[in-house]
Amino acid sequence: MAMTMTQKILAAHSGRESVCSGELILADLDLVLGNDITSPVAIKEFSKLGKDSVFDRNKVTMVMDHFAPNKDIKAAEQCKMCRDFCTEKDITHFYDVGEMGIEHALLPEKGLVTAGNVVIGADSHTCTYGALGAFSTGVGSTDMACGMAVGKAWFKVPSAMKIVLTGELRRFVSGKDVILHIIGEIGVDGALYKSMEFTGEGLASLTMADRLCMANMAIEAGAKNGIFEVDDITLDYIRAHGGAEPVIYKADDDAVYDEVLTVDLSEIEPTVAFPHLPENARIFSEIDNIRIDQVVIGSCTNGRLEDLIAAAEIMKGRKCAKNVRVIVIPATQQIYLDAMEMGLIRIFIESGAVVSTPTCGPCLGGYMGILAAGERAVTTTNRNFVGRMGHPESEVYLASPATAAASAITGRITSPWEVMKL
Amino acid sequence: MKYTGNIIKYGDNVDTDVIIPARYLNTSDHAELASHCMEDLDNTFVSRVKQGDIITAGQNFGCGSSREHAPIAIKASGVSLVIAKSFARIFYRNAINIGLAIVECPEACDGISEGDKVEADLDNGIIRNITTGREYKTAPFPDFVQKIIENGGLMQAITNGVF
Repeated sequence: MAMTMTQKILAAHSGRESVCSGELILADLDLVLGNDITSPVAIKEFSKLGKDSVFDRNKVTMVMDHFAPNKDIKAAEQCKMCRDFCTEKDITHFYDVGEMGIEHALLPEKGLVTAGNVVIGADSHTCTYGALGAFSTGVGSTDMACGMAVGKAWFKVPSAMKIVLTGELRRFVSGKDVILHIIGEIGVDGALYKSMEFTGEGLASLTMADRLCMANMAIEAGAKNGIFEVDDITLDYIRAHGGAEPVIYKADDDAVYDEVLTVDLSEIEPTVAFPHLPENARIFSEIDNIRIDQVVIGSCTNGRLEDLIAAAEIMKGRKCAKNVRVIVIPATQQIYLDAMEMGLIRIFIESGAVVSTPTCGPCLGGYMGILAAGERAVTTTNRNFVGRMGHPESEVYLASPATAAASAITGRITSPWEVMKL
Repeated sequence: MKYTGNIIKYGDNVDTDVIIPARYLNTSDHAELASHCMEDLDNTFVSRVKQGDIITAGQNFGCGSSREHAPIAIKASGVSLVIAKSFARIFYRNAINIGLAIVECPEACDGISEGDKVEADLDNGIIRNITTGREYKTAPFPDFVQKIIENGGLMQAITNGVF
């Protein structure tokens, strides 16, 4: 029975020779993740079982990133509950303020995920680790509790959409533009319940930051997971970050796909998703003069070093537009440190931006950059639903770090090609 | 499993950010979450929803975040069942795992109007619009999922040794 990459990983983790789409299986988990919002609900569920320990203290991780450093008393109580649980259960990988970063940037950086793994996380953007050739998907808190207790989760084996990448990206165009373009083509439920499997010779021009960003947003097309074929770029990344020995699963040549989409990377232009759905993708020939009030550069989608480098290249020696608040959030402590040593933080501050400690804060309208009624933001985050970054009458425009930086300089939604005179 | 209630109707892509905005995720208290349910989409929901009411919606209901607070808020509001053309996958499994009844039925979603009284018999796969007299068929849950529901949710299923 021919299988996709995802199906092969799921078969190997459920003790079977093969699986086919639609089949319900129980899979062994290599890692179970939660954050400060979803873990408290999971801990309450877990405690109902009366178990003294989790299934494997090295395979459960909690990251305090959404409302941490604590935004208010209730958030503090939630983090405390996670901290107490991880201390009591002797959880190895508990990341609190000082060590924490945005979970989906942090886990690959810490080498906690490797190719061939099955990972669940009580956060929808857990699909990020597909960039490493893992099967990785978002679940809810009860699934997390079950995963912590028995190290297993139930899955319906997904069918797949194959995305063949050709060509090379142009200057100041990144993985974010590619994934916004794809979601614009297939819609926010275009890959509902499916795997999005990325392959093709175009992979060679995509950095790990590009791939992590694209896999991260597979959920915005409704996908169960996004997964990239493993190549030398993946293997180099895993080794450099001390990840476990990778197991490489390649799709069979005769694997069955619901759909095959070919994307020529050389044709992708800077792309912006308009309110209030990520599928509302537009290129600059379709965008008028839209004034903005805020720019956010960061998040699990685009808070990596490469993202900050791209933004800094555009902001260097230029001033942010008057009355535009520009917030830069390195996704982890290591990224923050690297950015500092490369002089990027100086560039951001001198151009008039603020630089924050790692947090998910503004992406989900938590804190650290909430919008008032009628305000507009260009952000490198992943969702632009009604009220996502604050008031229900505010507007969020999703874009790449380069486009966000260019917009910060002009005060309107602007292509990096315009500012950099390409 | 039979559910009877009045319909509250919404459109496509009802996301978890409007079901329960993230600014309220600093708590997991069910009643508190219910008091903000649907706030950014329909600020009349909390005042008009009654015990047993049924929500119908379009495609991709519950898209976005994995927050289990979303089905919890809906269930704690008194809603007995959500009928949609399709559900986002994380919302779908969260609803099953916490015991909020859900069913996919595009025809029913098109044929049922706001305020109609509806009876749903999920064991036999029949949704009946009492107001108009029309009936719609639904597919039953797979056995595996049925087992979770019969055990009263995922944690109970584990406790009862289903896994």
